[in-house]
Amino acid sequence: MRFAAGVDVGSTQSKAVVVEESRGIIGRALVDTGANVTRAAENAFHLACRQSGISPHDVGYVVGTGYGRYKITFGNTQMTEISCHARGAHYVFPNTRTVIDMGGQDSKAISVGADGEVLDFVMNDKCAAGTGRFLSNAADVMGIGLDEVGPISLQGTRPVKIATVCTVFVESDILSYLSMGKKPEDILRGVHLAIAKRTISLARRVDIEPEITMTGGVARNSGMVCALEEVLGAHLQVSPDAHFMGAIGAALFALDKMDQSFESAVWRTSLCDTLQE
Amino acid sequence: MQQAGKTEYRGGLHQRQKELMLRWYDRLDVSASTGRPPTVSMMISGNPVELLEGFGALPIYPEINALQLAIRHESLEPILAAEEMGYASENCAYVKADIGAWMKGITPTGGRLPVPTLALCNFVGCNTYLKWYEHIAALMNAPLYTIDVPFMREDRPSKDDVTYVVRQLMEFVKKFEALTGIKFDYDRFKEAVRHSNRAEDLWSQIKHLARKSPSPFDAYFDAITLMGPLYVYRGTEDGVDFFEMALAEMQEKVDSGEGVYDTERFRVVIEGPPPYPFFRTFRDMFAKWKATAVASTYSTVGGLWEFGFRHDAREPFEAVALHMIEHNVTNRNYLQRYDQIERYIEDWRADGLIIHFVKSCRLFSAGQGDMRDYFTRKLGIPTLYIESDLEDPRYFSEAQLRNRIDAYFESLDHHKSQAVVGDRSREQVTGDR
Repeated sequence: MRFAAGVDVGSTQSKAVVVEESRGIIGRALVDTGANVTRAAENAFHLACRQSGISPHDVGYVVGTGYGRYKITFGNTQMTEISCHARGAHYVFPNTRTVIDMGGQDSKAISVGADGEVLDFVMNDKCAAGTGRFLSNAADVMGIGLDEVGPISLQGTRPVKIATVCTVFVESDILSYLSMGKKPEDILRGVHLAIAKRTISLARRVDIEPEITMTGGVARNSGMVCALEEVLGAHLQVSPDAHFMGAIGAALFALDKMDQSFESAVWRTSLCDTLQE
Repeated sequence: MQQAGKTEYRGGLHQRQKELMLRWYDRLDVSASTGRPPTVSMMISGNPVELLEGFGALPIYPEINALQLAIRHESLEPILAAEEMGYASENCAYVKADIGAWMKGITPTGGRLPVPTLALCNFVGCNTYLKWYEHIAALMNAPLYTIDVPFMREDRPSKDDVTYVVRQLMEFVKKFEALTGIKFDYDRFKEAVRHSNRAEDLWSQIKHLARKSPSPFDAYFDAITLMGPLYVYRGTEDGVDFFEMALAEMQEKVDSGEGVYDTERFRVVIEGPPPYPFFRTFRDMFAKWKATAVASTYSTVGGLWEFGFRHDAREPFEAVALHMIEHNVTNRNYLQRYDQIERYIEDWRADGLIIHFVKSCRLFSAGQGDMRDYFTRKLGIPTLYIESDLEDPRYFSEAQLRNRIDAYFESLDHHKSQAVVGDRSREQVTGDR
C-alpha cells in the first residue's frame, strides 16, 4: 500500500491529510501555526500519520501548500492553495464550479472546471477585510469565543449596519454599538453580513456558477455560511472537512505526482530490462 | 520545486546602455555647474526629444530619475521626505520620490542634476502631471510651459488636433529661443527626426523578433533596458547605433534558437509598469516558470512603433505632434489599449495576460478591473490581475504576489498539458483511422 500527504500551512492553522492509493482519506490533523512554521507543518504531518496508523516513512510523496509551503522542509514539492482548494472541493463535491474560501487572512473565489482545475480566481488584496481575522477581532472586542460568534449571530433579528470593512476600525464600530445598547447578537449578525457582502462582491469578479462550495476555516462558522447564502441568494455546500480542503487537494496532487514518478520508474525499469535483453 | 531559470540576458547592449545612460547623467552634471547645454525637464509619455536636438539641449526625465532610485532600493527616503513636506500617502510615488529627492539633493548617480532651463509639461492626460510640473517649476524656480495634448477620444486625431499641438510646439521653440538665446536649428531638428525614424524602425524590428518561439528577449523586463536610450538618444546617431547593435544581438539569438530560458514554457503579455523597488524579485517570479513576456504595453509609454508609426522628416513638426497625440499608449483610449493587447496576444502568440496594477498611477491603472473582465470573460484569455506599486516599496507584498503568480501558472500549466493530451488523442484517432 502506498500513501501520499498534503500539508497546508495557513496563516493561523496548519492542516495535514494522508490519503491511500485508492484516494481515500485515512488521516487528518490540525495544529496552530504559531511562530515556527516548519515545526507546525511537521507536527501536523506527524499527527496525521499517527492518526492513519502509518509511519511518516511510509508516505511516498508530500505536497506543501498555503503561505508557509516553502517552509515545509520534508515536502517533495509545493503548489498554491488556490489549485489545492479547487482540487479538494472537486474531490468532495464533484459538481463544484465555484469555490469560496475564507481563511485567517485570505478570502478568495475560484472558478473551477469539470476536472477540478482552476479556471479563474480572485483574492483580497492588501487588506484583511472579509477574512477570518475580521471575525476574530470582532469576537475579541466583544469578549466572546471565536467558536460562539457564528451561532450567536444567527439569533440576531435586527442586524446593525457595519459601515467599515476595515479589520482594525471595526472594533470602534462595535464599541460604539455596544455603548448604544445594541444586542450582541444583532451586532454580530451585522458583522457577519458586512463580511459576506465584501466577500461576495469580490467573488462576483469570477463567474459564480453552481454548485458553490465553501472551504477554509471560516466555513465552520454557521453564521458566516448563513450570511453568505443570504447575500448570494444561493446554497453553499459545506463539508465537515471544509477546513482541510487545501490539504486534501495537496494530498491528491501528491498522489498524482507519486503515480507519475512511479510510472516513470516503471518505464525506466522496463527500458533497462529491454536494453539488457 | 521547479528550478528558477537564468533570469536575465546580459549582452553587449546592456554594457552600451549603461555607458550611454551614465554619459547622459554626466552631461547633466556638467550642465548643473555651467548651464550648458540647456536642459528641458519633461515626461516620458510621447516625449518630443527631437525638438531638443534643434537646440542641442538635453532632456531631464523625472520619471527615469525616480525609477532609477527605486531600482537601486533608494526610493523610500525621498518618498518619506515628500510626505513630511505634506504630500499625502495617496499621491503618486513617482512625484514624491522626484520632489523628495530634489529637496534632499539625492540623485541616481550621485552627480548633480541641473535646474531645468524649462519645465515642459508635455503630457496632460494625467492631471497629476500638471500639478507635478507646477511643483517642479515652483520648487526649482524654473519657467514652466505646458503643452495641451488632446486625448485620443476617437480612433484618429482630427486635423485640428494636430494643428493645435504643432502651434504649441512652435510656441515652445520661440520661448526656448528667448530663454537660451540659442537660435533653433531647423535642419538639425529634421536630422533628429530622421534618426528617430531609423531608431524606431530598429526598435520595432526588435519587438517583432519576440514573435519568434522562443523569443530572444523578454519584451517587458529586457525591454526596459532598451527604453532609456530610446527616450534620451532616439534622435541621435548614438541612438541609431545602439539600436543597430541591439537588433544584431537579438537576431543572432534568434538565428541560434536561443531564448530567455533553456525552454520557453509560457508566453505572456504584461500590462502596467513593473514594481521597480523589487524588480529582480518580481522577474524571478516569472523566471521560476520560464515564462517570457513577448509583448508589453509599458514598453509603449514613450511611443508605440511596432504597428507602423514612424516620425516623418518631410513634416517634422506634424510628426512630433502625431507621436504625442496618437502614438504612445498613455494618450490612447482604453478601447485602443484593448485592441493593442489583443493584437499582441494573437500575433505574438501569447498564452495569457498579466495585468499589474500600480497604486501610484491612477491614469494607467484605472479601468484595469474591467480590462481583466473583458479579457477573461469576453475573450476567454487566462488573465491574472495583481497589485503593487512602481516606486513605493511599502505596497509590495511578496508572498501575496508569489501566490497569485504561482496559481496562475499552475492553472496555465494544466490547460497546456490538457491541450497536449487532446492533441495526442486526436493524433491517436487519426492514426487508428
